Amino acid sequence: MPALPRLRTGNPQLLRGLRARLVVGFLVVAAVSALTTALLTYQEARNAILQRSQDIAVNDLRAQVNSLAPELPVPPSQADLDSLRVQLERSGKSRDWDISVHYSGVRDSGDGGLRGDVVIPDDLKASVEKRHVPAFQRVDRSGDPWLLIGMPVRQSDGRASALTVYAQLPLSAEESNVEALVSAAQRGALPVLVLTVVLALLAARGVLRPVRGLRQAAGRIAEGKLDTRLEVKGADEIADLSRTFNDMAARLEESMAELRRLESNSRRFAADVSHELRTPLAAMTAVTDVLDEDADSLDPDTASAVRLISQETGKLARMVEDLMEVSRFDAGAAALHLDEVDVGETIRKTLQARAWQKRVTAELPADVRAGLDPRRLDVVVANLVGNALHHGGEPVRVRLHAPEPGADRLLIEISDSGPGIDPEVLPHVFDRFYKADSARARSEGSGLGLAIAQENVRLHGGSMRAANSPEGGAVFTVDLPLRLREAGEPVTEGDGDPPDDDGGAVDEQTADDDRGGLRSAAGKELHA
Amino acid sequence: MPRVLLIEDDAAVRDGVSLALRRRGHEVAAAASGEEGLEVLPGFRPDIVLLDLMLPGKDGFEVCRLIRAERQLPIIMLTARGEDLDVVLGLEAGADDYIVKPARGEVLEARMRAVLRRTALPADGTPAVAEPGPAPVETYGELAIDRAGLVVGKGGQDLSLAPSEMKLLLFLSATPGQVFSRQQLLEHVWEHSYHGDSRLVDACVMRLRTKIEDTPRSPRYVQTVRGFGYRFGPL
Repeated sequence: MPALPRLRTGNPQLLRGLRARLVVGFLVVAAVSALTTALLTYQEARNAILQRSQDIAVNDLRAQVNSLAPELPVPPSQADLDSLRVQLERSGKSRDWDISVHYSGVRDSGDGGLRGDVVIPDDLKASVEKRHVPAFQRVDRSGDPWLLIGMPVRQSDGRASALTVYAQLPLSAEESNVEALVSAAQRGALPVLVLTVVLALLAARGVLRPVRGLRQAAGRIAEGKLDTRLEVKGADEIADLSRTFNDMAARLEESMAELRRLESNSRRFAADVSHELRTPLAAMTAVTDVLDEDADSLDPDTASAVRLISQETGKLARMVEDLMEVSRFDAGAAALHLDEVDVGETIRKTLQARAWQKRVTAELPADVRAGLDPRRLDVVVANLVGNALHHGGEPVRVRLHAPEPGADRLLIEISDSGPGIDPEVLPHVFDRFYKADSARARSEGSGLGLAIAQENVRLHGGSMRAANSPEGGAVFTVDLPLRLREAGEPVTEGDGDPPDDDGGAVDEQTADDDRGGLRSAAGKELHA
Repeated sequence: MPRVLLIEDDAAVRDGVSLALRRRGHEVAAAASGEEGLEVLPGFRPDIVLLDLMLPGKDGFEVCRLIRAERQLPIIMLTARGEDLDVVLGLEAGADDYIVKPARGEVLEARMRAVLRRTALPADGTPAVAEPGPAPVETYGELAIDRAGLVVGKGGQDLSLAPSEMKLLLFLSATPGQVFSRQQLLEHVWEHSYHGDSRLVDACVMRLRTKIEDTPRSPRYVQTVRGFGYRFGPL
């Protein structure tokens, strides 16, 4: 039972954790896949776009150079180089390229070569002018990407000439294409991630709902509602789990029902046996006084036999009574009839009724009032005092502790001056039929007295302790709740003070309900 | 010595109880069934009836009601079942007391004497009887109580009260307005010096109410003081 609250408070956290973990997991997977896809796509697309424009540009330039270069006189003059440059620049179709023509170190005069004064990197220059291999390179000119192409011109016989053409063209169109790709990827990723969260939540709900159902069902089982069953849907692991849970609950219910049946059977058996014993005992008990009276006039052997029979009949009758009482307690049929009583007075009457006043010292402060069942308190006190007188030693003392103002407990202490109780026996004194001294197999009592006393105290919602006092002798302490009338309830004792405004319509009812309420409250405490 | 009618189906108990009572000087008539008991009743004219609850044919509750309907005879239930329900049902059927079997002869005797003493009403020394009141008949609302004649009337009609009910009414009405706890009533009216059963009081109050109140559910005369007990009036 104590595990239940922990389970309850722990579970929502666990649920939250599970949901969060599922969502985060989904998100990470989605983000990684989106990112990877975007990255690869971007790279491939970018390369393809750039490659294509480069190829076109290079081929274009080569075609132009090849068609114009042969017409150039060898060696060309400055003006020849200039005109070649102009021709090439014009032929660049839609291409906005800059051309620079070099002939073995001599540059076309132009207006200073390539726009923006881009220095042609040495690597490119060397590759083109020394090894006569066309080369191109992407360069960054004030933040914008440009393509730089170096093209050696071959003579008609295939030998390398000293003429070299450089071209420079902007890649901004391609760049903006690539940028569009990136932003497309970005725009696509966000909705995907949002969608992922939604899907993750849906999936989490799908998983967690059965889990929550399982948790609630387990809670109900723990509360004792053994007929709890789960609805089995589908054929997944959750369904398997639900099925197993249902099997478990069914088994549990079966075995509990079986246990209860056995228990009630044995209870009924005890009650039936006791009851059946009552009728013959009723006949025997009624006439034992007759036997006792006549014993004196009988033959001594017969007389002792008659006295024995009479005595044992009495014991048997007492034991049957005690057994009936115990079976009533076991069946939960023992009822508490509370009355507000003067506790000291009640205890004094118990002692008087059994003529114990002379043998028992009583410290009973006056005016201690409590809501008690006087008949049951009588049983408790009589049992404890009788026990002390028989098994302990005189003087026996009964002390009622007057409760402090505001206290809610009532203590009654019964102590004797005997040898006390063997510490090994102490934990068992309230056990049924427990015999403190195995040599003393039979005693005055039924062996149920203390057990019954304890049940009576428990029925009141109190407790009972046994201990040895340091001065010797056993001390039994009865701890009872001091149930007093609530302050708000009218204490009507005089005239002209109606107990209930609307007459007694509820009067008898409330008198009974009062007791019923207290009884059930006490019963709950008892079973708790 | 009181004459006792014992209605008990078990032969051994019947013989045993009869023997014990005869030895104590009672004149005992024993009946083995409720029907037989009802037959014997008019001829034998007992002072008290000891009635077993579980009887073949008419059971104890019914026999009790039948006897009550005709005469104000004290009845003690003799029951082997001490369970609450049986006791309460027995008391509600009109029994004056109950004894759980098995009981010793002296217990039977003591309980019978207590009931008889209580129902021997003229000997009952309630204060109001001792004082020669201005009127022999006290009236409370519609209720007229004649303490000397032991007659209670309501609206001019005599009510037939069982001995316990009469005793309880006389005791409560002797000091109108004073509250008595169940325990006090047990001691004074039932003369149970030990811690008796407060169900006796509750059952008797309920029966009394059905006879004297206009509406038993909202009693005028015998009122409940919740958590404490009962009182007569104030009207």
